Amino acid sequence: MADIDALALALRAELGPEQVVTDRQTLRTYECDGLAHYKVIPALVVLPHTAAQVATVVKACAAAGVPFVARGSGTGLSGGALPHAEGVLIVTAQMRRIVEIAPADERAVVEPGVINLQVTRAATPHGYYYAPDPSSQQICSIGGNVAENSGGAHCLKYGFTTNHVTGLQIVTPDGDLVRLGGRALDPPGYDLIGAFVGSEGTLGVATEVTVRLTRLPESVRTLLAAFTSIDAAGAATSAIIAAGVVPAAIEMMDALAIEAAEAAVACGYPPGAAAVLVVELDGPSAEVEAQFEQVTALCTKEGAFEIRIAADEAERALFWKGRKSAFAAVGRISPDYIVQDGVIPRTALPEVLRRISEVADSHGVRVANVFHAGDGNLHPLVLFDARVEGEAERAETVSGAIIDLCIEYGGSITGEHGVGMDKAKYMPRMFGDDDLDTMQLVRCAFDPDHLSNPGKVFPTPRLCGERPGSNLAERFPGVEVF
Amino acid sequence: MAALDELTRPAGDDDHVGGVPARLVASPASTEEAAALVAAAQGLSVVVRGGGTKIHWGPPPRSLDLIIDTRRLSGVVEHAAGDLITVVGAGTPLGDLALGDQQLAIDFHPGATVGGVVATGASGPRRLHYGTARDLLIGITVVRPDGVVARSGGKVVKNVAGYDLGKLYTGSYGTLGLITECVFRLHPRPAASAYVRSTAPAQAVSAILAAQVAPTAIEIDTATGELAVLLEGTASGVRERAALIEKLLAGEVSETAPGWWGRDPWAPDEIGLKLSVPLSKVPALVDSGSALRGSAGTGVLYAAARDITEVERLRALCVRSGGHAVVLTAPAEVRDILDMWGPVPGLAVMRRIKEQFDPGYRFAPGRFVGGI
Ligand SMILES: Cc1cc2nc3c(=O)[nH]c(=O)nc-3n(C[C@H](O)[C@H](O)[C@H](O)COP(=O)(O)OP(=O)(O)OC[C@H]3O[C@@H](n4cnc5c(N)ncnc54)[C@H](O)[C@@H]3O)c2cc1C
Repeated sequence: MADIDALALALRAELGPEQVVTDRQTLRTYECDGLAHYKVIPALVVLPHTAAQVATVVKACAAAGVPFVARGSGTGLSGGALPHAEGVLIVTAQMRRIVEIAPADERAVVEPGVINLQVTRAATPHGYYYAPDPSSQQICSIGGNVAENSGGAHCLKYGFTTNHVTGLQIVTPDGDLVRLGGRALDPPGYDLIGAFVGSEGTLGVATEVTVRLTRLPESVRTLLAAFTSIDAAGAATSAIIAAGVVPAAIEMMDALAIEAAEAAVACGYPPGAAAVLVVELDGPSAEVEAQFEQVTALCTKEGAFEIRIAADEAERALFWKGRKSAFAAVGRISPDYIVQDGVIPRTALPEVLRRISEVADSHGVRVANVFHAGDGNLHPLVLFDARVEGEAERAETVSGAIIDLCIEYGGSITGEHGVGMDKAKYMPRMFGDDDLDTMQLVRCAFDPDHLSNPGKVFPTPRLCGERPGSNLAERFPGVEVF
Repeated sequence: MAALDELTRPAGDDDHVGGVPARLVASPASTEEAAALVAAAQGLSVVVRGGGTKIHWGPPPRSLDLIIDTRRLSGVVEHAAGDLITVVGAGTPLGDLALGDQQLAIDFHPGATVGGVVATGASGPRRLHYGTARDLLIGITVVRPDGVVARSGGKVVKNVAGYDLGKLYTGSYGTLGLITECVFRLHPRPAASAYVRSTAPAQAVSAILAAQVAPTAIEIDTATGELAVLLEGTASGVRERAALIEKLLAGEVSETAPGWWGRDPWAPDEIGLKLSVPLSKVPALVDSGSALRGSAGTGVLYAAARDITEVERLRALCVRSGGHAVVLTAPAEVRDILDMWGPVPGLAVMRRIKEQFDPGYRFAPGRFVGGI
């Protein structure tokens, strides 16, 4: 740890002593992210205040060959912000300034530690909001969202983080501060913003983010439809999409998830439902009213036994409360649970859910389903009791089998929580060696020494070969290089 | 491995790129054939050509041996209507896509192929609402310059597994290899649509956005002095929203688009630019005296410049406003003395990407930013 001690000393001098943490007790508070069963105590934690300080830290790491991991709010669910035992954890919690809300440009410029919901709060008085809305929006950071390409209930209509970032300032793994894009669209050259968003902290640290602001819709209508079977709820989802309606959100919960939500927040969903859908439409009133009637009729046609239409904002909030609290609520009905995140084609929903329940039954494990039905993003909650011998293993088996099902049906091993530490092992099931090798060419371009969040996303790191330099002029002597 | 001469044919008179003649042409019909071809073509300079509608965009290649024509890599491989996605060959003309009551919401030049639109990152009026190719592309298959086939993304819209190579290939101008297949997110075709045509100034854009009518496009054309808005949705909804905008702009509702809608404002032998500025800077740009046309609602506009002086003036204006000005096309004599791309932040990282994917600088050499 001689490297780390020297690094700590140098960074203390550069950043100020209170921004560099070496005390074991405090280091321990950073040992995991939202996926608490992976734990690693970082060698050093730094809390930079500015982009320049982040660059200083990364440069020092690069010079010493010490790995670093960025961390926002630590709510990630794939172990992406899991520290490196011999590395530096760069925490953005002191970088929470909203640099500018620019409604005339439909943009906000924020530091990476800014909490997602704060952007919307700051933009709302101007008639705008920040569209990507992960359920964790009250606590997760924009930097974390950028790294994970986070989605939310409303990405069915509005897309993911990647569709809403127009500019980034990053510190590359060799410590350079680079600006990419900005408020204007389509910057010339390779779409490095597109490459960076969703790269899970493996291509450097985002130190400033320019995001799109979206006009608040004129009208929002929300309904809650209760069905006697999952199949019927799935059929209703398909019927809505087939009718050419693009709702802002279609969310589904099954009986077990409803039971948990009732126990936790008393959301008062219709009793006896095997599945409920929360469907939200937004946009110009002139469109929303007509389509809302259509959606209501389709739910009835597919067998909804009760449809409630939110009469006001309070009732709408209640519908969403059940849905948004479902993860945490599961704690009421089970001491432990695994939150899985996988994607299937939306049309395969009823079939895959049936197969999930078969797998669960055969292992004697309960699975509660809460998910973004509109885009086929499943969040099965696999319940277990760690105190009971063998239950954790069985739950793990079922959770893995669910991922296999997602792959079998042509879906994805993760829709929004990322690969991180947790799912690197599944990557070869979804992609071939050549695919993974090609992705890692990008890694090699940014981070040939694998210092930025090493060990995440890819199961086996690629050797980057000789460190590339800018030899264009050498290679083409006499050719003008603009 | 098959020999190169079995996989290629001698180039004809039309097989040149920006005046640089090719020696060979090949038209692979599958990703496998394309991979075999590229593997056999090691050491050759390659330019990929789709419909050829934008082959004159960008500087000419530094050298050229082989043109890979993608037009046999065509057809809809899959259209999963219930999942709102399609898988298509890169050589498929966008105009040939028959997706029933669904659409791939990308505007294109007549004859343009899927791969060409993706590789140039071309876009049109409807980007305001639907985004661009980068937003709609959810999966991609490519042949790397070393002949290796790679995929990223997949067939589901929501997917964060691995790096999104589709983003990197979008707008890469063929410098990272050959795109053979693309997976796109689709949208339902709107039941109804209407245009509102007016002579309102660019300053009116903020009022249109404030009206919460969710326009699909807001286009401006300085030659005619027109500002036009496209609205899509249900029949009654479109009627109501169009009436509101008609009043707001003192315009006129029309079934059809203005003649200039979505067309390049330049003639074939003129200098054509793509300009991009933050939204608040659009009025100043529009009032700057150049002939402009494009998306006033997103700040991406096109201009026909008379000469290099005008290019430089427009570029200075855009860059000062926090934007960019790229010369897409220009007559040979102008092109050769012009910096077509302008300043490119992040160029050092871009070079490193190029060197990883194409260390020999063989694919579209010199066509891209910074001599890439
Ligand atoms: C209750 C709950 C609900 C959730 N719901 C959703 C949901 O609906 N949708 C969804 O998508 N996710 C959801 N998540 C997951 C999580 O909130 C998101 O992944 C979020 O984006 C993580 O943000 P964070 O600030 O906590 O990042 P962290 O957990 O701190 O880090 C996540 C990753 O980002 C990297 N990172 C962080 N900051 C930076 C930076 N500045 N530059 C580069 N890399 C950086 C880290 O290295 C790590 O790899 C949920 C989590 C919880 C606990």
